[in-house]
Amino acid sequence: MTAPGDRLPRLLALVPYLLARPGIRLTDAARDFGVSPEQLTRDLNLLWVCGLPGYGPGDLIDLAWGEDDTVTVTHDAGMRRPLRLTAEEALALIVALRTLADVPGLEGGDAIDRALAKLEDAAGTAAAGTGRVAVRVEAEEETLAALRRALEDQRAVHLTYYTAGRDETTERTVDPTRLLLVEGRSYLEAWCRRAEAIRLFRLDRIDAFRVLDEPAAPPADAQQVDVRGGVFRPSADHELVVLRLKPAARWVADFYPTESVTEQSDGALLVRLRSGERSWVRRLVLGLGAAGSVVDPLDLAAEVRAEARAALRIYSELAL
Amino acid sequence: MGARRTERLVNLVICLLSTRQFLTAARIRDIVPGYGDDDRAHEAFQRMFERDKSDLRDLGIPLESGHNSVFDTDAEIGYRIARRDYELPEIDLAPDEAAAVGLAARLWQSGLSSAATSALVKLRAAGVDVDTRSVLGVEPIVDATEPALAACLEAVRGGRAVRFGYRTANSGQPEPREVEPWGIVSWRGRWYLAGHDRGRQARRVFRLSRVSGPVTAFGPEGAVQVPPDLDLVATVASVTAEVPTGAATVRVRKAAGAGLRRVGQIVENSADHDVLSLPYSDPEALAERLAGYAADVVVLAPAEVRDAVVRLLRARAEEPA
Repeated sequence: MTAPGDRLPRLLALVPYLLARPGIRLTDAARDFGVSPEQLTRDLNLLWVCGLPGYGPGDLIDLAWGEDDTVTVTHDAGMRRPLRLTAEEALALIVALRTLADVPGLEGGDAIDRALAKLEDAAGTAAAGTGRVAVRVEAEEETLAALRRALEDQRAVHLTYYTAGRDETTERTVDPTRLLLVEGRSYLEAWCRRAEAIRLFRLDRIDAFRVLDEPAAPPADAQQVDVRGGVFRPSADHELVVLRLKPAARWVADFYPTESVTEQSDGALLVRLRSGERSWVRRLVLGLGAAGSVVDPLDLAAEVRAEARAALRIYSELAL
Repeated sequence: MGARRTERLVNLVICLLSTRQFLTAARIRDIVPGYGDDDRAHEAFQRMFERDKSDLRDLGIPLESGHNSVFDTDAEIGYRIARRDYELPEIDLAPDEAAAVGLAARLWQSGLSSAATSALVKLRAAGVDVDTRSVLGVEPIVDATEPALAACLEAVRGGRAVRFGYRTANSGQPEPREVEPWGIVSWRGRWYLAGHDRGRQARRVFRLSRVSGPVTAFGPEGAVQVPPDLDLVATVASVTAEVPTGAATVRVRKAAGAGLRRVGQIVENSADHDVLSLPYSDPEALAERLAGYAADVVVLAPAEVRDAVVRLLRARAEEPA
């Protein structure tokens, strides 16, 4: 909201905004517009010299400043309503509301439907075409509903959880903090007593759970996971692995977070990624066959070759 | 945009909103301050005015042009803004509805998030108090950073065909495609474009992350015919869904293969192994997964999966060190 190109739309919205809120404090208005009070003051000073042709007293927009830095519009020069929503603005809100309406077990579903109907109405023709865009988030309906209740009741939960990175299923007790729907999947954010850290648990990987009688007690200083920018963000102390991917294995670069991707002259990709789990890299690379290989570290490449040879020995002994 | 220019544009909007008559460019130059009243080159004024008109239209301001009467068509063209087209209609949201809108605006993780923010500014200006910190128990976030998304959204909205380079799952080289886009779906966290592929004369679903280079719209607006009975989400889901067509029998070492045990059924067990039956749809995809377990998992049947696993393992074992 601070780019110079945002100023004109803000100025056009300001007069109707203030008209609807006589005597509003400058700081409150600035917060609503996402600008500093100083910027808002500059905006008001600019509006003050704008108005109807003639540009004399009675033509110009007029503002009355009150005590405690409050402001009231005393002449609006015909700027009584905000501009209509653009097609993109209508799309952003309407598709998002429809997405929420589809989330099973979300409280306030009725309010979402009502808001949607009113917005579609107000957007008018700008809402045309919003039906051509849809967002679906997968939500494990029953798990989601039960965990939401546990979260509300502030109860600890026992999980049987599958960790794909280590390919193991573990038992753990967690203190739920939030439920999130990110990148099309639902997650429970919770303090994991086993790891003694905040963790995200993908709902479709919770194989079983039990809501406990004991209260949830996440440490007061537990930090929320910042999911903007991706759920999985490898840490810098994870091992750096370099893979060479032929065209048939390019999907790997699409599918997993990478540090860098370099096109090679022969059509292959050189991909650098970080992994905290060597066993995960071994499983991935074994499945790629001739389409991909480990370039670095060399001992990891040797490990993977040794594993492949050991497996082949079993197949030859079985002589199926 | 400088403050003087911004001031001029605000005055221009107020002026054009207040007039019922179409105002010619010359008249506007006389009335609205900031266009310069010296005899500066007419061309300079025209350039300024053209730029202002295009800025207003970019903001979605419905700038009308026309003549004041049908007898007036020889005269210079004039401009005005019709209030009913400019003004957001009355909208009154109850507190819980406003909370839902606040949550909806937070859904987008960039891309569409700036459109959501500017929409909220307008709703607030319409008197609605939107709280963007509200929670409904679950917090949804959708990533809309896909580079091809904006151009595709615009083409879908305008009903125009598009041209783009597309890499299939296995080819590194992008191939040119011409598509009549029907709609866009975010499914399992990925964006897809569904439409009619002109080159292949068939319904196709494209993953936007595989679009390479720019997406260019061409042809007239409204030219794309969307099938009337189209279920967008179902179309995308059917392409990405996997329906099991067979079952493989695999021997899994005890305490290994947790991921396989979640989807398979134990059909036999011994002291150090379990035999699982695993449903699958794509034998190659299953083989890639099973090869990953190396000696912990041995495929007993069918031969197509076992041979594929052995092929993958051999490629790895024989790779030069």
